[in-house]
Amino acid sequence: MTVLDVKNLRTVFKTRQGEIHAVNSVSFDLKPGELLGVVGESGSGKSVTMMSLIGLVPSPPAIVDGGYVNFDGQDLLRTDQDRLRGVRGAKIGFIFQDPMTSLNPVFSIGFQLSEPLRNHMGMNKTAARKRAAELLDLVGIPDAARRLSDFPHQFSGGMRQRVMIAMALACDPKVLIADEPTTALDVTIQAQILELVKELRNKLGMAIIWITHDLGVIAGIADRVMVMYGGQVVEQAPVRELFENPQHPYTRALLQTIPSVRGTRTDKLRVIEGQPPILYAEPSACSFRDRCTHAFERCGIENPLRKTLTSGHDVACFWDPATGEARHD
Amino acid sequence: MTEATAKPLVQVRGLKMHFPIHAGLFQRHVGDVKAVDDISLDILEGETLGLVGESGCGKSTAGRSVLRLYDITDGSIIIDGTDISSVDQDSLRGFRPRMQMIFQDPQASLNPRMTLADIIGEPLDEHERLSKGQRLGRIYELMDAVGLNREFANRYPHEFSGGQRQRIGIARALALNPKFIVCDEPIAALDVSIQAQVVNLLEDLQKQFGLTYLFISHDLSMIRHIATRVAVMYLGKIVELAPRDALYAEPKHPYTQALLSAVPEPDPAREADRKHIILTGDVPSPSNPPDGCNFCTRCPKVMDICRRIEPVFQELDPGRYAACHLFDTKNTTAEPTAGTRT
Repeated sequence: MTVLDVKNLRTVFKTRQGEIHAVNSVSFDLKPGELLGVVGESGSGKSVTMMSLIGLVPSPPAIVDGGYVNFDGQDLLRTDQDRLRGVRGAKIGFIFQDPMTSLNPVFSIGFQLSEPLRNHMGMNKTAARKRAAELLDLVGIPDAARRLSDFPHQFSGGMRQRVMIAMALACDPKVLIADEPTTALDVTIQAQILELVKELRNKLGMAIIWITHDLGVIAGIADRVMVMYGGQVVEQAPVRELFENPQHPYTRALLQTIPSVRGTRTDKLRVIEGQPPILYAEPSACSFRDRCTHAFERCGIENPLRKTLTSGHDVACFWDPATGEARHD
Repeated sequence: MTEATAKPLVQVRGLKMHFPIHAGLFQRHVGDVKAVDDISLDILEGETLGLVGESGCGKSTAGRSVLRLYDITDGSIIIDGTDISSVDQDSLRGFRPRMQMIFQDPQASLNPRMTLADIIGEPLDEHERLSKGQRLGRIYELMDAVGLNREFANRYPHEFSGGQRQRIGIARALALNPKFIVCDEPIAALDVSIQAQVVNLLEDLQKQFGLTYLFISHDLSMIRHIATRVAVMYLGKIVELAPRDALYAEPKHPYTQALLSAVPEPDPAREADRKHIILTGDVPSPSNPPDGCNFCTRCPKVMDICRRIEPVFQELDPGRYAACHLFDTKNTTAEPTAGTRT
């Protein structure tokens, strides 16, 4: 039983410099009530993947050309814009990274919060306003009813992100996609928002996709983690399994590069040499091979496919950390 | 300040940087944004002093003020034996080679119309008289030091990635052999895997050239890695200053405790057991700070006295300073410390 099932999603950007293959055959699913963490560096395709699902990548230049996205009994990639609009904001909520630029500065918070309620739920003005106040209250904004007539600039960064969350939750979505929702916030405010999301999740029971580059955040809230690199999923595992038994060299290196505020302090930080790739063609070899310390011949001639190791844990790599040699197929 | 053996390279006493607010038809002066409000600290030769705090706490302003990029409101700054607090900007140019800055945004701090060689060579043109050959030799030397390929000398900033651009900024800062460098969030705009590259480079250069850093960051885990001592800022003031290990092992000030607690742990098992201190509310406006302690509106351990009297920045243990009323009783007879102006 899944709420969202994505198979072989591909997104290509046609630019003057040529095609850029941002998302290459990404497959994943999402179970009801689950929190899936998506980790990757900028340019790894994590945001584009999620935007492609619900038709938010601008086309042109982007072309979502392959695979299917099964949500609620329909293939979102083959749904017309009008029906897709009924899904976006209603059944699939979206929280963007920057709360400063995602709110319209010339409309009141109350108006912006009522908009999805009136459009998707068919509420009248009074009912929508009442519900909007409830939502603000739900996300922990004090004196909610009065603050509805305030404008975005009267809210602080953390409060604006709370408003964005309230807006995404307005129509009781089945799936909430949060794209780096705490990256622009300070740590003490981030801690508040993470606490809020955990609480709301227990209360409302929706499935959440949480995109971030911060493994610390993932460790605290995710049930399952998907690591992306070069527009592909390179490893996927339940959260504890991923941190205790990482398989892909990229995941392993990533876990070693981040310093911690607790535990032992290393004298020298581990470095992943080189730069993330820009894919001008569909990958025909492992896209991490140039930066990988374990790469061997096969990595340069064949793109590794995802291979299931144990239940729920899969990895796209030819190298086996347990033996230190090539993995047996 | 900490060890009598190491000599302070930078001494800051009672530094204040207030920005006036003008409002109304006649643009009258109606108040001040107290971005930096009475901070005192020493930076020892060869050390890295980490300056942490949340956005808007004044840490960047503090860093810029120390280099006199602003005309400061009050206080004294002594760098390498020279008092630069009241020197006019023209005469300051002569001191600039000794103190440099690395900026947060490598995109915005490099001129897009200048080649890499021109960017790195500009401080040389300004402050030194070199022949063409010497100048190019020095540029190549600097590029080698920061790990940029010499073939890139005639390229433009847009051709480089974020990490490489930050290397260009570092090479430019090093051009005049400075002793003291203010690093203002040099890694905040970079990806995690690139951050480690730049931090390691900064550490190598420090050893190689004997540099002293003021490292400003909001990233507590990176500060723990790079700094020898750490100062924590909140709303324009330093609330705690301590050697790195002591601060992370046993934070004294309630704000430092909350700040450290808020950093998520990249370990699901430990993260599940850990007790979080969640602060309520937001940081007050620096133009209208609360009476008494600046942190009293959010402090989980707030007492009556905190809302009335501003706590003194005092030495608790050798080398450990904090400004909090929780430590008043045991230090009522303490001698004047770095918190008071001398």
